[in-house]
Amino acid sequence: MRNSKTVEEIAAGIRRRVFEHTIRNNGGYLSQACSAAEQLAFLYGEALTLGAPTLPMVPRPFAGVPSAGNPDYVTGAGYNGPAAPGFDRLFIAPAHYALVAYATLIETGRMAPEALEQFNRDGSSVEMIGAEHSPGMEVHNGTLGIGLSTGAGLAWGRKRKGEAGRVCVFMSDGEVQEGQTWEAVQAAVHHRIDNLWALMDVNRQQCDGAMDSVMDVGDISGKLRAFGAVVAECDAHDVAALREAAATPHEGRPLVILAHSSPFHGMDHLSARMPRLHYVRFKSHAERDEANHAIAAQLGIPPVEI
Amino acid sequence: MPELVTRPYARAFEEYAVRHPEVLCLSADLTSSCEIDGFRDRHPGQFLSLGMAEQNMMSFAGGLGLAGFRPFLHSFGVFLYRRPYDQLIASVAYPRRPVRLMGFLPGITTPGGMTHQAIEDVAVMRAIPNMTVLDCGDATEVESVVEAADAIDGPVYCRILRGEVPRLFDTPLAVGRMRVLAEGRDVLIVTAGIATEEAMRATAALARVGVSIRHLHVSTLKPFDAATVVGHAESVHDGVVTLENHVTTGGLGSAVAEALAEAGLARRLIRLGLDDTFAHGGSRPYLMRHYGLDAIALVAAVERLTGRRTGIDENTLADVRVDAVHSATKAEAL
Repeated sequence: MRNSKTVEEIAAGIRRRVFEHTIRNNGGYLSQACSAAEQLAFLYGEALTLGAPTLPMVPRPFAGVPSAGNPDYVTGAGYNGPAAPGFDRLFIAPAHYALVAYATLIETGRMAPEALEQFNRDGSSVEMIGAEHSPGMEVHNGTLGIGLSTGAGLAWGRKRKGEAGRVCVFMSDGEVQEGQTWEAVQAAVHHRIDNLWALMDVNRQQCDGAMDSVMDVGDISGKLRAFGAVVAECDAHDVAALREAAATPHEGRPLVILAHSSPFHGMDHLSARMPRLHYVRFKSHAERDEANHAIAAQLGIPPVEI
Repeated sequence: MPELVTRPYARAFEEYAVRHPEVLCLSADLTSSCEIDGFRDRHPGQFLSLGMAEQNMMSFAGGLGLAGFRPFLHSFGVFLYRRPYDQLIASVAYPRRPVRLMGFLPGITTPGGMTHQAIEDVAVMRAIPNMTVLDCGDATEVESVVEAADAIDGPVYCRILRGEVPRLFDTPLAVGRMRVLAEGRDVLIVTAGIATEEAMRATAALARVGVSIRHLHVSTLKPFDAATVVGHAESVHDGVVTLENHVTTGGLGSAVAEALAEAGLARRLIRLGLDDTFAHGGSRPYLMRHYGLDAIALVAAVERLTGRRTGIDENTLADVRVDAVHSATKAEAL
């Protein structure tokens, strides 16, 4: 399934939708849209080979957790298309990017715009922290650091079965603070899992603030290379650069792309909040109005009617 | 004495796995300790070494499950839930992946001390939704647990015995079915794992002095067959004793207590096991004696329930012969 929109158009749409949602709901994961819009637009719009969605455009309500008594249970992966041998698979490892991922599904025609009205509503599957039944998700990644291991296991299995489809893990840079991430890299290198690639949003931010102040992770690229991964680095907001990085040969090794991003790209108004950008909320009507007008002006859209 | 079988898991796993190519053998640097070194050498294409990195192994196994494989994870039981607990929940238990957790050295069957002794694994695993929990009591159950576990629709945790393992039973482990080893009228004894052989020593001695024991061996700790336990408890006069290679909280003893309470059946209950304590490193007989997991502790509990002094001492127990259970008829004669 290919898109009529360009990656840049999808990215602009992601920023606009997440912005509008955040203003209407007086808060949201807005900075993640700034840093990751081009990356998710690139994945869905161009880089991944995905089939047409298999689930309804407006997501069904939450239909229960997996259990022996719930045989009809399905994950949200159907929004990425069927799990056929020739198609790629995607894991959104930082599950709090869910709003950005949902916006991407809408911009690429995989989900209806009304779906966002269910966001974080009781009884909805369009959850705030993406669950495996949430649109576009296939596993739970809410505890950060487990996504790459899952991707590595699936990729090893797919390779053994001779499937052409690859496995992509969208990651956040904060996950390199978790030891499991390094266990996953070492296993993927040891077992030569080269149908696995990761795109990491290196925005240098985490929940408590700037990563350098919370837990300095040093040279991520050097560490990954020392572990044996192939590393490509690029400007996260330059689609041509993302394209070039994704084309990096990595035979016999996993590829990790470090996409260096700005946590307020396209919304300069947010820069005043540095380094508290993990979740944007407004303390007063005035503050919200000011953000509404300033960001809308930069995005080239009318302010949100509140 | 019962026949001792050498490395029953090694042979059983290999025989099963070679017939099922979608079964994968995963190891976390304890390959010979978990008796899969021969399998690694003879079937390298079906073996995955994941190193000392259990958190990755757990989520990686979740990914393998997603790809249609049924990975068997081999490690000491303690390393399959304490460190990778978050991964166990998110990558295996919640999505009901067909991951088979083969936990060696259950409870105090290792001299490795606190870090190596899985003493609360059953309590933890029983509390996890979607998880099945099996506990092997002899060589036959170790041999048959491989196929039984792999037939389960969802994840399963198995307590596996290694090395020289006595053969007590000649019928395979059947998930969900308890074994009735004696059908007396005074006291019901419920045991699992290595506690069963120990209890068979005690029940034989008790039978000789006229105490009528009913004995159940439980290999499926979850789902727990509460109705069967209640039925047997109803048919004894003096109460119930549980003996387990585990803390008395959350394991077999708790499962029996829950069953009796929910049925509203008033029977005295004595739970034997590690009584809210960690253990230390030592031999199995020493640890079983030291922590009251042995036949003499069981005899003392039966004496408390019946109010009778049996005169059984350690010398009596040392002379007791434990035979394999070849049929229900013979089992009753124990």
